[in-house]
Amino acid sequence: MELIWQGIKEAFRLIINGDPEVFGITLLTLKVSGTATLLSIIIGLPVGTLIGLKEFPGRRFILSIFNTGMGLPPVVVGLWVSIFLWRSGPFGFLNIMYTPEAIIIAQAVIASPFIIALTAAAFQQTNPKLRLQIRALGTTRLQYLFLLLNEIRLPLMAAIIAGFGAVISEVGASMAVGGNIKGYSRVLTTATVLEVSKGNFDVAISLSIFLSLLAFTITMLLTMLQQKQQGG
Amino acid sequence: MKRVHLTLFNSLLLLTLVIIFAVGCSSSAPASSVAPSAPTNPEVILATTTSTQDSGLLDELIPIFEKQSGYIIKPIAVGTGAALEMGKKGEADILLVHAPSSEKLLVDNKTVINYQLVMHNDFVIVGPSSDPAKIKNEKKVVSAFKSIAENQSLFISRGDDSGTHKMEKNLWTKADIQPAGTWYQESGSGMGQTLNIASEKEGYTLTDRATFLSNSKNLQLEIVLEGDASLLNIYHVMQVNPEKFSKVNSAGGKAFVDFMIHPDIQKIIGDFGKDKYGQSLFFPDAGKKMEDL
Repeated sequence: MELIWQGIKEAFRLIINGDPEVFGITLLTLKVSGTATLLSIIIGLPVGTLIGLKEFPGRRFILSIFNTGMGLPPVVVGLWVSIFLWRSGPFGFLNIMYTPEAIIIAQAVIASPFIIALTAAAFQQTNPKLRLQIRALGTTRLQYLFLLLNEIRLPLMAAIIAGFGAVISEVGASMAVGGNIKGYSRVLTTATVLEVSKGNFDVAISLSIFLSLLAFTITMLLTMLQQKQQGG
Repeated sequence: MKRVHLTLFNSLLLLTLVIIFAVGCSSSAPASSVAPSAPTNPEVILATTTSTQDSGLLDELIPIFEKQSGYIIKPIAVGTGAALEMGKKGEADILLVHAPSSEKLLVDNKTVINYQLVMHNDFVIVGPSSDPAKIKNEKKVVSAFKSIAENQSLFISRGDDSGTHKMEKNLWTKADIQPAGTWYQESGSGMGQTLNIASEKEGYTLTDRATFLSNSKNLQLEIVLEGDASLLNIYHVMQVNPEKFSKVNSAGGKAFVDFMIHPDIQKIIGDFGKDKYGQSLFFPDAGKKMEDL
């Protein structure tokens, strides 16, 4: 119990003193996971829409792949992204192994299946009669798409929240492709792992409090956005 | 229609703002952006073992090197097994590791060059104060391992092919024992975590002294055997051979090796940890021969 108390005190001390190292780690975490989520939306929204609305052979098979992808362990993603980004790998010439950019790529791979699978499911849940009716109004393709997107705005935001939640909490991929380099590619989760292995449990607890607060704040903002639009 | 735009637009806007905020606030360059002479290829990847990072030694040495040379070191702390593997594939520029017998293979086949002895510390056997296998009176690690096996006292092994694990396996071989059974458990994790497990389960484990000392405040473990000559933990630094791997940073690697064996740095290594633990965590050895330790 005393340890928990110590950790909480340490967390407040870090917040109040504005510890530059923890502050930097928190900002980097936000930057990396935010960019990765944004990337996954850019990739996932069109792909999810396509799978959700178009009939084509192999659609179910592809959807099952993305559904499985939601459970893909980050450490597996980390391994595969490493193999591609290593100097000896096919993208070694990019020279981005052990950088924050490498973490963004790995996290985008982790988040994309969430956006794709949940977007597709949301589109499929829309009432076919409604779709027919919208069509009957003589909408253009783009108008049709926007009207349907309006229908699924709640599950869509849920998809974004799920994707962001997956990447901000993962440690395996960040450790593997980022290397946990001090002041450069160290994010909150990898910093926590390091402090645990150093035996600094109080610092580890305070970092975990930082991480939870950060995840909660962003998720709350997204949820408020989601709910604000409801029922109007 | 309008609302759709709003929802999506807002969420994207929020994310973008968050990112811009984060980018704006953090100094995007690594901590060491002051480059006195700005080398052409400033990034140097150092594959090393967790003990050099967990003990805090790297955090002490790397900033000094970066300030002096203008290079940026990227330390990747993994087990010695993984670090050697990174060397074999040319994924790192320098290795700082502690498994001389495995390193010898890399030296012999010219995967690494400029192989230099840096420092040593020692391994110790730690265990619960009750000492169920009665090894506190033992002087030799071989007989201690034998009595752990005979008593079937719980032993936590790293099980991760790290330098410490390689050392432990060697010692079991020397004791002529094939450790197996419920008393022998593999943690598959780093030294700090393995010590925690041993402490919680009241088992024995083999650890380097540095990690044990820096973790000891949280542990219900004490040193039960130390000082046997076969428990030396010897660290070498080496460059990955740029002739074998074209992408290896040759100049940066050489600069770091030279730095590690420089007398001033050797002194810092020897003093490291004295203020905190009252004793040195590492003993500088540059210029010595391994046989003389």
